[in-house]
Amino acid sequence: MTLKQKQLLLSNKLYKMKEERKKRMTQLAIWTWTWVVTLALATFGPEFIWAADSSLTIASIVLNFLNGVLMIWANRNLYNHYDELERKIHLEAMALTLGVAVIVGLTYSLLDQKNIIQSDAEIGILVGIMGITYGVVMGINTKRYS
Amino acid sequence: MNNRVKELRKEKGYTQENLAEIIGVSRQTVNAIEKQKFDPSLNTAFKMAKLFELPIESIFLSED
Repeated sequence: MTLKQKQLLLSNKLYKMKEERKKRMTQLAIWTWTWVVTLALATFGPEFIWAADSSLTIASIVLNFLNGVLMIWANRNLYNHYDELERKIHLEAMALTLGVAVIVGLTYSLLDQKNIIQSDAEIGILVGIMGITYGVVMGINTKRYS
Repeated sequence: MNNRVKELRKEKGYTQENLAEIIGVSRQTVNAIEKQKFDPSLNTAFKMAKLFELPIESIFLSED
């Protein structure tokens, strides 16, 4: 095999890898956005669209849940396409996020139980903190290994 | 762990992207290995050794 043929074969393989990554990222983006839409539907639908019809409310919650399962599947699919360094970066971010979620979550819950904070503890705030933690650690780790 | 990946890659005339493609990792991973910020897995080290036609211990050098 000549050098030119080898280079052509390599660029084809690289193209296929990039296309596969793009495909998996697109799948994750689709399931994430549809999950957000179905969550909004299940949250606001009973109030603004179908006037508290309980069967429609249950159906929208089930739809959102199933959509969430597909989002997790797409995320796992993308994770399996990562190489060893990318996995390390994501794994560290996930480990720190898990730690922050447990510590902040329990502290936040205690603050609510002991009536130290005025409002009720909202799960949305914890999810937000988890998202910010994951993003920050990903940014730091990506910079650290670049 | 110290390594000679950059030197050996240049000797063979590969770009980081070429090497990454051959051993099945991203270009960023090759870059991190060359800058000694990341130690590769045994599998990746074996692939490099095969490509450079050298034993692993002459590519990756222990700091001890």
